[in-house]
Amino acid sequence: MRSSAMRDLMALTERDDVISLAGGLPDTSTFPPDSYAALMRTVAGDSCARALQYGPTEGLTRLKACIVKVMHAEGMDVDVDEVLVTTGGQQVIDLVCKTLLDPGDVVVAEAPTYPGAIPTFCSYQADVVQITMDRDGMRVEELESTLDQLERSGRRPKFIYTVPNFHNPAGVTMSLERRRELVRIAGERELLVLEDNPYGLLRYEGEPLPTLYSLDDEFVIYASTFSKILSPGVRLGWAVAPSPILQKMQIGKQGSDLCSSSISQYFVSAYFDAGPWEDYVRSLLEIYRRRRDVMLDSLAEHFPREAEWTHPQGGLFIWATMPPYIDTTDLLARALREHVAFVPGRAAYVDGRGASEMRLNFSGVDEDLIREGIRRIGEVVREQVGMYSTLTGVAPRAETPRADNTAQGPEQDELAKILTLPAKRKRAG
Amino acid sequence: MSRVAVLKGGRSLERQVSLRSGARVQDALERLGHEVLPIDVGPDLVAQLTTCRPDVAFVALHGRDGEDGTVQELLEVMGIPYTGSGVSACIRAADKVLAKHAMRDRGIPTPDFYAFNETALEALGAAQALPAIEERLQFPIVVKPARQGSALGIKFARTPGDVPAALVAAFSYDRKVLLERYVRGRELAVSILDEHGSPIALPIVEAVPEQEDFYDFEARYEIGRTRFVCPAELDDEVAERASRTALDTYELLGCAGFARVDLMLARDSDALYVLEVNPIPGLTETSLLPQAAEAAGISFDEFVARVLGAVGR
Repeated sequence: MRSSAMRDLMALTERDDVISLAGGLPDTSTFPPDSYAALMRTVAGDSCARALQYGPTEGLTRLKACIVKVMHAEGMDVDVDEVLVTTGGQQVIDLVCKTLLDPGDVVVAEAPTYPGAIPTFCSYQADVVQITMDRDGMRVEELESTLDQLERSGRRPKFIYTVPNFHNPAGVTMSLERRRELVRIAGERELLVLEDNPYGLLRYEGEPLPTLYSLDDEFVIYASTFSKILSPGVRLGWAVAPSPILQKMQIGKQGSDLCSSSISQYFVSAYFDAGPWEDYVRSLLEIYRRRRDVMLDSLAEHFPREAEWTHPQGGLFIWATMPPYIDTTDLLARALREHVAFVPGRAAYVDGRGASEMRLNFSGVDEDLIREGIRRIGEVVREQVGMYSTLTGVAPRAETPRADNTAQGPEQDELAKILTLPAKRKRAG
Repeated sequence: MSRVAVLKGGRSLERQVSLRSGARVQDALERLGHEVLPIDVGPDLVAQLTTCRPDVAFVALHGRDGEDGTVQELLEVMGIPYTGSGVSACIRAADKVLAKHAMRDRGIPTPDFYAFNETALEALGAAQALPAIEERLQFPIVVKPARQGSALGIKFARTPGDVPAALVAAFSYDRKVLLERYVRGRELAVSILDEHGSPIALPIVEAVPEQEDFYDFEARYEIGRTRFVCPAELDDEVAERASRTALDTYELLGCAGFARVDLMLARDSDALYVLEVNPIPGLTETSLLPQAAEAAGISFDEFVARVLGAVGR
């Protein structure tokens, strides 16, 4: 959870003179203004009055037909009646919470989890239990033991929240085996899974994996969005869920905002009518793949050997882990003096973990700024690694370790022994 | 009625708090009938002040630049009268090391401490002095940047193994850091306001953590995790002593207009220790000084009017 001091710190990352690798913004600069104008003309010409009017809560049928196409492209076949149009993918998280949660209910999420989901979970007073991840995504064996443990204390999660593809913020993708395991666990224990899949189509390498929903449509609530394949400005996402849940979500949505923007829905429908929607996604893939590669190269060049990071096959984020003695919230304060920003890892946990981790976004700024931003962050990380080394007498990894410490007096030897004990992490905010 | 420039925001880590303080001050000034010229402090500060020529500047900045004498120096140069403490008081108060030295020299109690800067670490082998420091201060030790107003960068080291990481964190905020003896006890804030040219202490605010986790320093700054009691429930003698000590510190540093002095009341001995002086404490709805003023029957508008009235006195 974020402390108010951290919120204030994050506000500074939005300053104009800061290279922000903190946001999660898609690049909207290459969408042709002419196409935008033409689409809006079409909307005005064909549907002016209706676009300016309220629409059905569940969304316009013509937009839902577009959603069916997008889901088909990811290997899922659904009917328009099974789709609920929402105001961004974020609203799906909110509506699922609204529909399922009572204060104190358990929600299972990954550790780290999508930082934007945490305030939603917290506002419904959920008790969030986070399951660690490795390069294959959520550790399902830990999930099972956690579920057993919860069951012994008479608690049953209302749902399991996961981002299987190109995880935000962790940058990893859940393996096929884990996906099968997860839906098996969900089925056996009759637990709902909220599959959040905003980035599935943004794959830069490797073969697509089946979504959880395509493996099991009985216990999986599926969420996605137009934000990453077209525009976050249209604020349109959707949910597909087992019908009793979908109906409740629809009632919840009615209470929240009656309906999502009709103008946006007509705009997106017109966009799908105007030509193959996949072309723009392909153009984004090119841009993002290059930016990801530039960031990976820059990390290898500028970050010290003590740091590690993920190699995402898609999506928008890289997750980097610093040595345990670096607190990335403090590091951000230092980085802001160099006019560069990232998201400190604590923002992705509810329990104070993540103190040495950071999320780096590669979609929001161009290649030169990514290089320069990573160079600056690398510099402040090296500075802190060097300082820690000076304080403890332990050489940074990049240097050749001295075989014997004859240069050090006995007093410092003693000091080194004490000071190299693993620093206890403080729980905060 | 005067033309009052309200300086707020800036580039410090406390920018957001300052924007809230500034907005509240603006509202009060308008209600008092003044012409308000809000300025989000940035590279065009001097140009803006030159253009709008205010009669007086209300400095509602916190942290770097605004509270450390930098902006005050510019206002002096431009001949614009301003609220609160002057340049030298701000320099002394914003730097905890300078302030604590001044207190120690004058015999005002402040927790034992040692400070060093990056140069001492890099060029003089200060790391090798850590065991001696730890021996004298005893654990737990509080590690702080010398100049950083909020809770950011403040760490507790419980063992020698915690110290290097705590120092690295503190050095993220400043080139100078201090290691301070931890005083276990009650946290008291004494707000001070000039009244007709002489400072008075307002009712004392006590910060009471909801959970007794004294290591979790950030808790102080999170709504719902700290409860503020005003006036603090203290024996008259203790309250009197705390107010006296705070006023002595205020005068020692040469503060003016208003300020907030933070103290610890030691649990075991009832001794008071001054932690720091904030020359421009928060002025938001939830800030401590406005609460203290309220408890003394001084509304926020009246507080703002008095601070303005004390300018140039």
